[in-house]
Amino acid sequence: MYVAVKGGERAIDNAHAWLAEERRGDTGVAELSIAQIREQLALSVARVMAEGSLYDPDLAALAIKQARGDLIEAVFLIRAYRTTLPRFGASNPIETAAMVCDRRISATFKDLPGGQILGPTFDYTHRLLDFALAAEGLDPAPAPQVAAPDGALPHVTDFLAREDLIQPEADGPATPRDLTREPLDFPADRPLRLQALTRGDEGFVLSMAYSTQRGYGRTHPFVGELRIGTVAVEMEIPELGFAIELGEVVLTECETVNQFMGSKTEPPQFTRGYGLVFGQSERKAISMALVDRSLRWEELGEDNVGAPAQDQEFVLYHADNVQATGFLEHIKLPHYVDFQSELELIRRLRAEALGDQAREAAE
Amino acid sequence: MNAYNFAYLDEQTKRMIRRAILKGVAVPGYQVPFASREMPMPYGWGTGGVQVTAACLTPEDTLKVIDQGADDTTNAVSIRKFFEKTAGVAVTEKTGEATIIQTRHRIPEQTLTEDQILVYQVPIPEPLRFLEPSEVETRKMHALEDYGLMHVKLYEDIARHGEIATAYAYPVKVEGRYVMDPSPIPKFDNPKLESAALQLFGAGREQRIYAVPPYTKVVSLDFDDYPFDPSKPAHPCALCGAEDSYLDEVITDDAGSRMFVCSDTDYCAGRRGDGA
Repeated sequence: MYVAVKGGERAIDNAHAWLAEERRGDTGVAELSIAQIREQLALSVARVMAEGSLYDPDLAALAIKQARGDLIEAVFLIRAYRTTLPRFGASNPIETAAMVCDRRISATFKDLPGGQILGPTFDYTHRLLDFALAAEGLDPAPAPQVAAPDGALPHVTDFLAREDLIQPEADGPATPRDLTREPLDFPADRPLRLQALTRGDEGFVLSMAYSTQRGYGRTHPFVGELRIGTVAVEMEIPELGFAIELGEVVLTECETVNQFMGSKTEPPQFTRGYGLVFGQSERKAISMALVDRSLRWEELGEDNVGAPAQDQEFVLYHADNVQATGFLEHIKLPHYVDFQSELELIRRLRAEALGDQAREAAE
Repeated sequence: MNAYNFAYLDEQTKRMIRRAILKGVAVPGYQVPFASREMPMPYGWGTGGVQVTAACLTPEDTLKVIDQGADDTTNAVSIRKFFEKTAGVAVTEKTGEATIIQTRHRIPEQTLTEDQILVYQVPIPEPLRFLEPSEVETRKMHALEDYGLMHVKLYEDIARHGEIATAYAYPVKVEGRYVMDPSPIPKFDNPKLESAALQLFGAGREQRIYAVPPYTKVVSLDFDDYPFDPSKPAHPCALCGAEDSYLDEVITDDAGSRMFVCSDTDYCAGRRGDGA
């Protein structure tokens, strides 16, 4: 008796209803609010904003709630929403030198103008489960405060630049290509690569960076500076003739200082890798800086040692987790037509191979 | 769904896609890069086909969506519902009634007409991809019409297996110029690529569109002494008795009994309705 896969439509509707129920979980437990996710799962929200390429903490929190905490699914929801939004224009380039920093550290200088600001970091916490957190209602005591430093904190690499010790960066194109509006094309210039990396999967970018540290390629840079804080976003309004502030975004910026002994074309000088990510996302920003530097081998006249992180096609085509997840998971879809044709082929080849063996045995 | 434009995509995006389609029609078999958008369904699940369909749909169209030849497979249902919701177009399961057919992995058995468009969902548009991983290199190979690597692959198949060991996504040469991946259709369907209908191929994740215009010459790659064989199942359909259709193998019990039935559900139902 042949039972066709009929009723796909009803099955889909029922699956969605069940999914909604599972998302909510036990209704005896209070429902999560968007504000709770935004405030208490802020680093998840940051990741979804960064990889979703849309700065909106409330929407990211909503996506996390809808995706049951699956962050790649949440990124996907944000991307699919983002692509429908009208484009009114582009902001002015943001000025990270004017960032109001929550955190700013340099691994290359013990002290520097503006000082080292540790900020809210996991770095020196002991990773011991805090069972006190399991008992709710214990708000932490307010952290000690000091007055914010006066004026902007200069970038650490500026000090090296003054001595000409670090490679100056060429001006990029006035309007960088937009990865989300044009097909990816190779060779990809640096602004395009950085765009792909900042929205790339954190795990992928991390592993690519790590591979260059372990010997597939060679980067073991110094973190010249890592800063996290708030910058203003301004936009030029043609009718007004001047720029107005649209709002503020939290960013993480990392500049690495890489050893560089010079090449056939370039004198010995320090060089940079650059990472810039929405929200507080140090792992991603540092990883991005390492991969950025690794992908610059050609421009700096270095050898291509065949490392994966030097291959821009490899890195850029595989960094996007929404693309990767979709294609990976599409193998769940029915493939019985292709499988049937493979089945026939294998049966035929097998029959021939077994026939050959039998004939040889007979001889 | 008033919050979204007709057929979901905004008009600017549709225009960009239509330009790519026109270029594809002008250069049959050539992969045209296009700025694929994120769609509300996952990459790899037909986003290229959906974007092409969205750019072609008019309110007067009648849409049919199939996956593995069937209208009622879950992803076909999902895509059909998407266009019912966002475009409000008429939908059908009857091949003859559709003006646009979006498909995954099959070409309908019923001969298509000049009034129809067949839209394929394409996972990997590059026929040379598994011979050369770099897109920069494969584009160069197409530009130079350098298909030696493909012929070597087919030759090695014959040397090792006695035949070309490709059962689906069997490469074709379009109008004597570009080698093209016909998407993962069984090679049984390859002869149907020469059609009166316009055939459009959309690969969303890989950002490529290509086309086979009506009555274009499409030749499955082969050798003089090893001619292309579309292969035909050794059984008739157990339901409608068709001997000319592509068959799915269905396992019917724990003992591994099996039956063979048409993969094209509309074709099979039509024949049974006709009392064949």
